[in-house]
Amino acid sequence: MDSHVAVSDEAVVEHTTLKHHFENAEQQKDAATVGMWVFLVTEIMFFGGLFLAYFAYRQKYPIAFASASNKTNLLIGAFNTTVLICSSLTMALGVHAASLGKRKLLILFLILTLLLGGAFLGVKTYEYHDKWVHHEVPGEHFECEGCKDAGHASLFFSLYFGMTGLHATHMIVGAGILLVLIWQAYKGKFTAEWYTPIEMFGLYWHFVDIVWIFLFPLLYLIDRSGRGLS
Amino acid sequence: MDSHAEHHIVPKRVYFAVFAALIVLTWVTAYVSTVDLGRWNIFVALAIAIVKASLVILFFMHVKYSSRLTKMTVGAGLFWLIILLFMTMTDLWTRNMMGVPGR
Amino acid sequence: MITATQTAVKEKNYINAEDGLMSWLLTEDHKRIALLYLIVVTGFFAIGGLFAALIRIELATPAGDLFDSNTYNKVFTMHGVIMVFFFLIPSIPAILGNFLLPLMIGAKDLAFPRINLLSWYVYMVGGVMILYVLFSGGVDTGWTFYTPFSTSYSNGYVIAAGLAIFVNGFSSILTGLNFVVTVHRMRAPGMTWFRLPLFVWAHYATGAIMILGTPVIAVTLFLLVLERGLHIGFFDPAYGGDPILFQHMFWFYSHPAVYIMILPSMGVISEVISTFSSKKPFGYTFIAFSSIAIAVFGFLVWGHHLFVSSQSAYAGMVFSVLSMIVAIPSAIKVFNWTSTMYKGSVRLTTPMLYAIGFMGLFTIGGLTGLFLASMGMDVHLTDTYFVIAHFHYVMVGGAILGYLAGIHFWWPKMFGKMYDENWSRLSAVIIFVGFNLTFFPQFLLGYMGMPRRYHVYPPEFQVLNVLSSAGASLVGLGFLIPLTYLLWSLKYGPDAPPNPWGATGLEWQTTSPPPKHNFEITPVVTHEAYDYDALYKREGGHVG
Repeated sequence: MDSHVAVSDEAVVEHTTLKHHFENAEQQKDAATVGMWVFLVTEIMFFGGLFLAYFAYRQKYPIAFASASNKTNLLIGAFNTTVLICSSLTMALGVHAASLGKRKLLILFLILTLLLGGAFLGVKTYEYHDKWVHHEVPGEHFECEGCKDAGHASLFFSLYFGMTGLHATHMIVGAGILLVLIWQAYKGKFTAEWYTPIEMFGLYWHFVDIVWIFLFPLLYLIDRSGRGLS
Repeated sequence: MDSHAEHHIVPKRVYFAVFAALIVLTWVTAYVSTVDLGRWNIFVALAIAIVKASLVILFFMHVKYSSRLTKMTVGAGLFWLIILLFMTMTDLWTRNMMGVPGR
Repeated sequence: MITATQTAVKEKNYINAEDGLMSWLLTEDHKRIALLYLIVVTGFFAIGGLFAALIRIELATPAGDLFDSNTYNKVFTMHGVIMVFFFLIPSIPAILGNFLLPLMIGAKDLAFPRINLLSWYVYMVGGVMILYVLFSGGVDTGWTFYTPFSTSYSNGYVIAAGLAIFVNGFSSILTGLNFVVTVHRMRAPGMTWFRLPLFVWAHYATGAIMILGTPVIAVTLFLLVLERGLHIGFFDPAYGGDPILFQHMFWFYSHPAVYIMILPSMGVISEVISTFSSKKPFGYTFIAFSSIAIAVFGFLVWGHHLFVSSQSAYAGMVFSVLSMIVAIPSAIKVFNWTSTMYKGSVRLTTPMLYAIGFMGLFTIGGLTGLFLASMGMDVHLTDTYFVIAHFHYVMVGGAILGYLAGIHFWWPKMFGKMYDENWSRLSAVIIFVGFNLTFFPQFLLGYMGMPRRYHVYPPEFQVLNVLSSAGASLVGLGFLIPLTYLLWSLKYGPDAPPNPWGATGLEWQTTSPPPKHNFEITPVVTHEAYDYDALYKREGGHVG
């Protein structure tokens, strides 16, 4: 253990981390958890608007969407999904390590999560660049080579960039927070009695993973059998 | 207060099992999309995604071991998302069904 | 009168606990944050009111002689944007809700005090942004920002305005998040759900709407800004986009938003009517559950704003029926409030005058909403002054009267000062008369066909318009009077006792103003809500 005081760890933790308006640490932790989940509910509704636009336009232009979706790279998408799931595992293991007070293991898992998240973003950057080079970015110079119903294909790409862009923004914010948490963990801020920020961040990170779990099939997997219709 | 649930520490083997399931399901959904199932492709893809999301929510995010309030909060979020999607689509699915212009 | 502790009150309360500007700007005290909100929200109310005055001056004559049409578009847009997002939505929750919620449930603060402070700063950033829009020349799309005008044709500051509201929305989300978690997890021992004051139930329901609805308008404005900035066609028909999708997404929030505006007001009314009838609210459980019902059903009716938009008629029918149903919980409340007053010991204090006014005006507003909910009638009435009259009856006659009732009811608690009852009652009457003179003619105008958002109209509509503008002057005067006597009371008003009105509720058991940490020892609640018998035993009859 990293504490150097004679007083019990719990008392130290209670003294330094318990806010005055809470009766006890349990109430504080509970409030934090509910609060984080309420925030995630707002995120569900935030992304939900984009999913609505996606469903509205996919059902209206199934051919354009299928054709445009085939322009994404299935293997890269599946690979990236795997990377993100790995980062969710490392995050869950990080929370687990924190709950047992294993500081070094916690730091290791947080760093792994950060690296995996970074890898995901790196691959995304490559994909975006590829789209840019092929003029598949909506706007004045948009063209969808070989797309059926190309006139409506730009809607797919607007949603592609909108949804993955918003997702990537959430990941970048997450990466920033991870850096802070790694630093704080290194400084010994977290103990087996109190590791709430780690747990709360874990919820956030898993949520971002879940968004991608839906984005992958919706954006990458429309009509991969080459049937021509959805 | 039913917050004693927060102290439950999930054993690592549960995490690894969920992880394995998620990886398998990812490649399953990728593969199934290349198979022509007609209009069922999207339903299968969404069903697999829902299973994956549920695993993450229940185990990685500890909701299985969380308080009733947490479970209700998650449920409310999902329910409201469904309202947003479903009620809007009632318009988009039934356009031009009356044979009257603009209705 | 409890005089023994009054000198003690002057010693230490949340206002004089700490000195200096930074102790206010960096406060975590929910009561101080409430006052920070009071100042800026009042400021925006004044700006929104200024635009209202400009509208009514223009409309006093049939010709468009004060503004050209583009400028007029900007005037009513700024009026709507500021009044809806920067006044009505935050008003009661951010001021009275923030101040009272912890006190009412026996807590020392909200669950997340720093997030509370953050919500104020976020509001300020949004406020600065909208002022930037204002001084740059405004936006002319209407507060509804319909596409494709807003994305492709408007020459106003659409992106800046959209972003200002986007930012402002987060203030709302943070407030709602705080309220919901607080009510769930910060109640004092013995404060069960069904012992909560109805004000708390109302704010819980409001918080839920803020959490579930606001993110949708956030993403809608996000898409609007992307489309206008990058020309990428989410809602542009040229790319296959659907302008009606924008309307769906916009109203998914903006309809529940009106319940954000009215539910807190209803919470105030429940408290005021009970106190000044010295009777516990009739049908407490019904009022509590009706707040939840309004919050839930309020999310299912937004399509009634799209009846003439080319939304499918089948969807229209569904939304029409649901809109009728959502009126039921509100009606239940009105019946319950009336029954509360029946055989009660009614005192016509200022808050009570506002509350009674609320009941009448909200009923008219609500009933006229049913006219609009009926698809067939709506075809005739939509986009006319009938709609404007309807929503001003519920928003001003309802929400604002409730706000004023609340400010007058809890002013002694918040500031430890009593205001002049004669001036306050007079201004309540002036506001009531002026309001009706302003907006009742608008029902007639709308029914006769005068369209909204037009600055010219046929000469035969002038008489009613002049009446309306005259009423507006009266209302404006009416709002200025409280500003004066309330501020005056801060310096010259008599000191307020802990419970000047003989009200139940934990906030009245602490000093006026309350101490910094609300309760030195967490109270333990052992009796039901609105227990006037216990109150009289404790305090020996009500005061004043």
